[in-house]
Amino acid sequence: MDLLIQILISGFIIGAIYALGAAGMAAIFGISGVLNLAHGALIVLAAMVAWYVGHHTGLGIYLSALTGILAAIVATYMLYAGVILPLERFRHIPPEEKHVFQLVATLLVAIIIQGVLEWTFGATPVTTPPMIDGVLRIGGNTVPLNSLLIGAVAWLVLIGLWLFISHTRLGKAMLAASMSPKGLAIVGYDIGRIHIVVWGLYGLVVGIAGVLLASFTSASGEVATNLTAISFTIVVLGGLGNILGSLVGAYILGFLSTITAFLISPAVSELPGLVLLVLVLYIRPQGLFGRR
Amino acid sequence: MSVPKLRPWLAATAAALGVSGYVLAIPQALAAQPIAVGVLAPKSQILGKSIFNSAELAAAEINAKGGIAGRPLELHEYDTQESATNAAQAFQRTVQQDHSVAVVGIFESEVGLALMPWSSRLKTPLLVTATASPEISGRTHAQPDRFKYTFSFWFNSEIQARQICEIGHDTLTQNPQLAHFNRVAILSEDANWTKAVDKTYEACLPKAGFKVVNHTRFAPSTTDFTPIYSKIKSDKANIIMAGVAHVSVPPVVQWHQQQVPALFDGINAAASSSDFWSATNGATNGLITTSAGLSGAAVTSRTAAFYKAYQQRFHINQPAYGAYSTYEAMYALADALKRTQGKAKGDALVKALETTDTEGVMGRIRFYGLDSPFAHELMANADPAKGASVVAFQWQNGKQVIVWPQRLATGKIEVPSFVPSPKS
Repeated sequence: MDLLIQILISGFIIGAIYALGAAGMAAIFGISGVLNLAHGALIVLAAMVAWYVGHHTGLGIYLSALTGILAAIVATYMLYAGVILPLERFRHIPPEEKHVFQLVATLLVAIIIQGVLEWTFGATPVTTPPMIDGVLRIGGNTVPLNSLLIGAVAWLVLIGLWLFISHTRLGKAMLAASMSPKGLAIVGYDIGRIHIVVWGLYGLVVGIAGVLLASFTSASGEVATNLTAISFTIVVLGGLGNILGSLVGAYILGFLSTITAFLISPAVSELPGLVLLVLVLYIRPQGLFGRR
Repeated sequence: MSVPKLRPWLAATAAALGVSGYVLAIPQALAAQPIAVGVLAPKSQILGKSIFNSAELAAAEINAKGGIAGRPLELHEYDTQESATNAAQAFQRTVQQDHSVAVVGIFESEVGLALMPWSSRLKTPLLVTATASPEISGRTHAQPDRFKYTFSFWFNSEIQARQICEIGHDTLTQNPQLAHFNRVAILSEDANWTKAVDKTYEACLPKAGFKVVNHTRFAPSTTDFTPIYSKIKSDKANIIMAGVAHVSVPPVVQWHQQQVPALFDGINAAASSSDFWSATNGATNGLITTSAGLSGAAVTSRTAAFYKAYQQRFHINQPAYGAYSTYEAMYALADALKRTQGKAKGDALVKALETTDTEGVMGRIRFYGLDSPFAHELMANADPAKGASVVAFQWQNGKQVIVWPQRLATGKIEVPSFVPSPKS
């Protein structure tokens, strides 16, 4: 029973963090059409800025976290304005190949960000102070309160994201942009402004994911690639561009990973998720919730 | 004599003076010519920075005292970025272009192993200062003619594990108040250097009075240690003997956050540096591990001066172990060069290094012979008068408190509040 409780709690928390990371990637792909391979690097950037500010100034945990989030938003806009938009507007690239160029460009940006982070902050993983101290004892299990809070915050952000997209005019416009950018333009919406909002929102979500990650485990330039890979796996599993699908995919992956780690070995915890991905792509290539 | 008749004599005299001056100047010019030394390490790592720092400190001190037969040491630093490919390229460049007589540094054992053939091909001593795989000295022992150029200034993982067993026996088993901490969980990162750690732990811990009840090797990519700690708890281990270097922060942070009811002991390469406290936000409080020295404790008569100089120059409270070992390497190299008037290279320099016997900051500095399975490694001994040694310390409220050996101890082991103890 204790083991089951531990698996449920760990799976919930890990799933929430995975979901937050993947939701951002799903949103940016669904609305802007960009598969951003610098995703993990942006998450780590937020984490390391938050840690650095917390350690070298007297700003405290929350203001440091805010700084990290702001750093992610700024970096995201720099990526959009400096890389994505120019490639989008470059006339010499055939329209059907622009996404490939953007994909490669984001990969290069990821490598650059990783290198800059390691050069600036070092390669030693760092962790931000817990937002709350103490543990909760459930049966024979000890669960850090900080981990529970992280799971709760991740869920609040996800709910906020869902409410924004489904219940606000701008959010609905973003959803429409993911379905038919031309149709949205025809009814008078400025697609360019929609994209600006989307990228800003994306920066906010990855920033929050980063500061939560640094509090839950640790962050360093070395984990950026792994974070991108996990988010990518979840996004493909759930259906490219589908945020709800990413949420479900995150929890499937999170629980599979947790169960494997507890019952078999942490060394192979990521394997079942990858096997599942292959099966899903074989049976339902658009992912669990993707549109054909 | 008229001036016109003097001219040939004047010209000849001037020419003779000029040539003499030139000839006399050559040795001085050569004497002033620096001796190049390559320094290779990953700049972004705590251990890497400690290697560069110590090399610079040692070179500055040696040059301030006149260098080697009047010739200053000149460092050529290269960032290996933890890549064997980068390190191999840097090695070649520093030997062939910078004309380095030796190369000092290296943090990862995998990189050290990759450089050994290069040191052999280019006949240039490689002084590794922060690696731990016994495979390095094992290769030297197996193929001495080929790999005699490699010298290790840090203890291999087998020796480190034996040191942990000895320290554990002295500080825990022999202490009636802590003797109940005897159910061990071995926790190692899955890397080349920890294979020997685990094997040695399995052999020496029972002899030191411990019982191994759990053994986990985790992938370096592990971010969530909950399942691992859950198993450790269910196996009722009350002490974790670690073997971690590249993945030091997450297991320690989560040990603290999850309040795992076990002491955290063993080998933790990064925890010796004062940066580790800030990297873990103090979660390292209560962790016990070893380092080459601490807070200037008088391991030898030179240790305090090194510690003070390092602290003043780099404003780092506690140098990581790589700082001590690199300092030893630079001074051993300087000593070997001095004994050969700065002229030795290649095989001659190797021979000079082999006969090193000096007082260092870690203890007596001399090497095992090529016939030893630890060929060209620093001789280790708990007595610094006989060999290089370590100190064991515990992080207590932001400070590193020496708990072993007794003669240098500045405090006692404190059990973290979340670790149950029959006496508490």
